[in-house]
Parts: sequence; structure tokens; C-alpha cells
Amino acid sequence: MTAGRLAVLAALGAFHGLNPAMGWLFAVARGMQEGSRPVLLRSLPPIAAGHLASVAIVAAVVSATESVVAGNVVAIAGGVVLVGFGLWRLLSARHFRWAGMRLSAAQLAGWSFLMSSAHGAGLMLLPVLATTAPAGHPAGHAAHLAAAAGPPAAALTGLAAAGVHTVAMFAVMAACALLVYEFVGLSVLRRGWFNVDKLWAAVMVAAGALTIALTA
Amino acid sequence: MTRWTPDPTFYPSPRDAAGAPAEQLAYIAAFDRSAEQPDAIAVVDTDPASASYGAVVGWTDLPHTGDEVHHFGWNACSSALCPTAPHPHVERRYLIVPGLRSSRIYVLDTKDDPRRPVLVKEIPAADLAGKAGYSRPHTIHCGPDGIYVSALGGGTAEGPGGIAVLDHTTFEVRGPWENDRGDQYLAYDFWWHLTRDVLISSEWGTPSMIEDGLVPELLLGRRYGHRLHFWDLAKRSLVQTVDLGDQYQMTLELRPAHDPRKEYGFLGVVTSVEDLSASVWVWHRGEDGQFAVTRVIDVPAEPADAADLPPALQPFGAVPPLITDIDLSVDDRFLYVSCWGTGELKQFDVSDPFHPVETGSIRLGGVVGRVPHPSFPGERLAGGPQMVEVSRDGKRVYVTNSLYGSWDDQFFPDGVGAWLAKIDVDTEHGGMTLDPRFFPHGDEFRGRRVHQVRLRGGDASSDSYCFP
Repeated sequence: MTAGRLAVLAALGAFHGLNPAMGWLFAVARGMQEGSRPVLLRSLPPIAAGHLASVAIVAAVVSATESVVAGNVVAIAGGVVLVGFGLWRLLSARHFRWAGMRLSAAQLAGWSFLMSSAHGAGLMLLPVLATTAPAGHPAGHAAHLAAAAGPPAAALTGLAAAGVHTVAMFAVMAACALLVYEFVGLSVLRRGWFNVDKLWAAVMVAAGALTIALTA
Repeated sequence: MTRWTPDPTFYPSPRDAAGAPAEQLAYIAAFDRSAEQPDAIAVVDTDPASASYGAVVGWTDLPHTGDEVHHFGWNACSSALCPTAPHPHVERRYLIVPGLRSSRIYVLDTKDDPRRPVLVKEIPAADLAGKAGYSRPHTIHCGPDGIYVSALGGGTAEGPGGIAVLDHTTFEVRGPWENDRGDQYLAYDFWWHLTRDVLISSEWGTPSMIEDGLVPELLLGRRYGHRLHFWDLAKRSLVQTVDLGDQYQMTLELRPAHDPRKEYGFLGVVTSVEDLSASVWVWHRGEDGQFAVTRVIDVPAEPADAADLPPALQPFGAVPPLITDIDLSVDDRFLYVSCWGTGELKQFDVSDPFHPVETGSIRLGGVVGRVPHPSFPGERLAGGPQMVEVSRDGKRVYVTNSLYGSWDDQFFPDGVGAWLAKIDVDTEHGGMTLDPRFFPHGDEFRGRRVHQVRLRGGDASSDSYCFP
């Protein structure tokens, strides 16, 4: 995986971490509810774990499939799915539904998994994963080797990508949560919380289109 | 369409909401008891700087007759900021208006011209009955995952009453809320402690117990609701029921603390059959993790000459206070208590919820008193302070005078009239004063009676908060 790809994975991770809906706001709420910074901090790892699981499943499947399917089928099919999912998110007014707030660490990870999956967080990595292409296409050395070694190794590449992504997500999420909890306060939400969902959907459409453009 | 920034009327915490700007308009449910004219949403100017301050400046008739609009609420509120399913870029613009008698639910859009709400959807009674199994929709609360509507009756049978959920965006009836209702049968109000995953519901009566008036045999037989139910909000199942004792008839309005770190709230009880007194109770979580309910306010009946009383009360020789609505200020400091029978609005400092201190009282109307508004001293008022709404900053309180069509007729057989009064509050020391410039009444409401008030932008009973 090249430095450029790592940078893109990390940047997408930062973008996901920045989104209040992906978890930092929940961590802040839990901290404020108990008046305790440790509660806030303890909420972050389960949220990151749920996000990782959601992203890793998609990443592993895409990478492994790509290592056995000829040509650019995965990239193009994936790109189409991504554009479609992004447009649906952009046009649909539906939002994630969840009523409970008192969650154990495991339930919190489950919440994060569902939240990330419903938002198609893993799909957004498609341009990086699907263009880390097998033989015949210019690609990173590691991915090339992985592809040659078959699906299990390729899946590991996908997992590594998800890991890099989640580390960045975790760092940004933690920074946002602490900044708001300690210094800024929640009133910043009223002005500063621009509609990430719209931007999110637009990024998906762009990522899907880019994937198709790069591989077709 | 969604917004780019959160709706400016959403506040993360009650503290932030208390700093909200003053409301410019109030929406009032107005119904025709005779069911000859359509019910309506009346719009009243609440901007003291405006030339039409205190006047009805807008009016939207509903398309049918006989709905008996009663309580209503917003499609979205500050709970949209709650972190488990945040969606703060929706707009607070639709009023969800149930017909308590017809079981229809209307959706009115207030965005384009806030003074002229426009009907955009009508949910037929058959939808509520068919999809949720309920009728007689009552309280509306904007929840994190949908719009919750309590209902007094069953869809085809008398009961059980319960809660239906409407979709946030389409307003379609999604279904009944309950997974496991245990032995809960009677329904009325509900609200929640969102951050604690607790929903509380109260009990009035089924349609046949209320629609033709208060039934004395049922009251003296202690058959109206006298319990409080505590539910798991996430699992949607009944966890605990507390019985206040069957002398305490009609557990109605529920006002939980707005502070999400707190787990107590207030309940108004209409009357005790032992002495016709009315009471306010506090629910709170005990050391053992179970909820307990404690009586903290008693308002005694006032003796009266039988000659001054309507037939329904003559055998008792007294006026029951009838606590039919209560409202808690957003900062959880003042509780307002409507004594509809005696025509009194009481204000209590409830900083210590277990030891309320009475800090103010205003008399208007009343079964015997018929106290006039100071600006119209010649007009004896019927009804009494009933639905109470408190502005977000706690400085203004609005009261209307009708309870419920058939019950109005029993307690005020010569007509209940229609009036809306505004009260200014001393939020520092407590105390209330009637605003002499604000008293829309009588013909201004075009022959309708007036019930719930909703303030544009939100009020003390419309929003719930997930952050302290």
C-alpha cells in the first residue's frame, strides 16, 4: 500500500471521526450524564471497535473478491453500488432509528457497528481498496503480492486498510469529544454542526464515480 | 428537505433552551362543542412590541367537524440532537394535531406563513386503528426514533389504550409502541427520561368512561385510573406499576424533570373521592432501584352553598379543585398547577421536589368564584385556568379555560366560554401577575372552546433534552 493510499484511508477515517453521529457525541453525552471524563474516555474504544468491524467486513470482502475475480469487475460493480447508496442517502430523509441510551460496552460497540453500517462507512473506502488492483494494473507492491497469494492474504490487506482507517477515526473522534467536553461546550452544535450527512452522501457518490473512472 | 445547520429551535440542554428568545406566536387548539363548525388552530400574537399583541392573528379551520382537537405537538424538537440517532437538520415546522373524539390526526405546516398553518396530511381513524390498534389519540411527543402518540382507546374495542408511533418523515402510523404491556389497560399521558431509557405513562379512562361526561358511579366506584406505569423505553416493555390507592382518581399530566441527569417528575391527580381534594405527586427512583411515588401537594376542596353549584356537585356542598394540568418550567424550578374547579393557578417553587413551596396564586373563573380578568372586570368568567404552558425562559405562562367538551358542560352548565390569559412571572423570587394587555376571549375565538397552547419555537412541555 502506497503512502498516498494510506493518506486517503487516514483522511477518510478522520472524516468519519469528525461526524458527531458516528460516536463522539454519544461519548460526550455519556460523560456528561455521569459528570465523568473517564466515562467519556471508556466509551471511545467500543465505538471504535464497532466502526472497525463494520469497515473491516466490507474491506475484507472487497479485497478478497478482487483477488479472484478477473479484471475490474469488483471495482466497477462496487463503484455502481457506492454511487447508488450515496444517491439514496442524499435523497432519502430517513434517519437511523435507535431508542436506548444506557448501553453496556458491548452494546455500545453494537450500536456503533450498526450506525457505521447504516451509513455505509466501509463502502466509502472502495476507491482505495478496489483500485489496489491485481496483475495488469499499476498497483502497490503489497497488494500485488497479496493478490498473487490468493483471497486470504488479500483479505488481510483489506483488514490492514480498515485498521489504518479506524486508527485515524479514533484519534479524531477522541479529539472532538475531549475538545467539546472540556472546552467548547455543546452550544457549538447549534451553529457548528453542518449537515455532515449531505456531505457524506456526496463523498460516496464521488468515491464511486472515481472508482469507476480509475478502473474502467 | 433537510437543513445545512441544525434547526435553531433545538437546544442540546435545558440550560441552553432557557436562554431561547421569547416566542412571537402561540398556537391554540380551538374546538366547536356542537360539532357544527370545524375545529381550528388559532394563532395568537405574543410579541409585546406588535400592534396586534394579544389578538388572534391567524386561523386555520380543519376540514371536518366534530374532531375535538385537544392536545397537539411538534414533529421534531430538541430530542433530535440526542446522540444515538441524531438528525438535527430536520425542521420543527409541522404541528401534529389529533382529534380526541374523531381519532383523526392532522399534520399542519407552519413554515411558509407561521400565522396561517396549512393542512398537509390527514391520518384517518381507520389507519390508527388498523395499524396500531388504537383510537382517541391524545399526547404527542417528538421522540428520538419517531413521533409518539398516546391514545385512550383501542382500535375496535374500548381498550387497552396505549402509544402509537408515527414515522418522523412520512407521518404514517408505524404501529403500536408496546412490546409487552403487562396488565396496563387505561392510558392518558406519557413522557420519558430519555437518557435513562424510562417511559412513564398515566391513566384516565376508556372512551365510554369519559366521552359523555364524568360518570359519578365510576368515580365513586373508584374505577378511573389511579396508577402510574414505568416502562423500559428501549425494550418497550412494562417494568413497574405503582398504584397510588384507588381513592386517588385520574392520574393525568406527567412532567419529568428536564435535566437529563435527574430521574424524578411530577404527576397531577384530579381528585380524591374521600374528600374531593386534588394532589400532586413526585415519582423518583429509590435506593432499591424501584420507582416510588410520593404525594407532595394537597389542595383541599372549597365549601360552597349548594345553590351556587351545578347539579353534579350539589350533593357534595363543595367545589373540588380538580387539578387537571400541571407544567414544569424548563429550569425545573417552578411547577404550575391548574385548579380548574376552584379557578386558581398555583405556582410552587419545586427546587426541592419533595418540599414544594407555594410562591404564587392567581384566581380566574371557577365554579363559584367566576373571577373576572382585571382588564374586563364586568365579565364573570366561566371555566378556570386549565391547560398551562410555560415559555422556555420561564418568564411567561399561558392558560386556557376549557377542560374537555362534555366535562365543561357538567361543571359549567351555563357555558364555559373561551379565554386565554397570559401571566408574567418573577423568575427570581417567584410570584405571578396577569398581563393586562393580553386576554383574547369570547368572540375572538369564533364560538370555539380553547384547549392546549403551543408556543412557536418550543415551550416547557414540548422538548426533551439528552445533555445536561
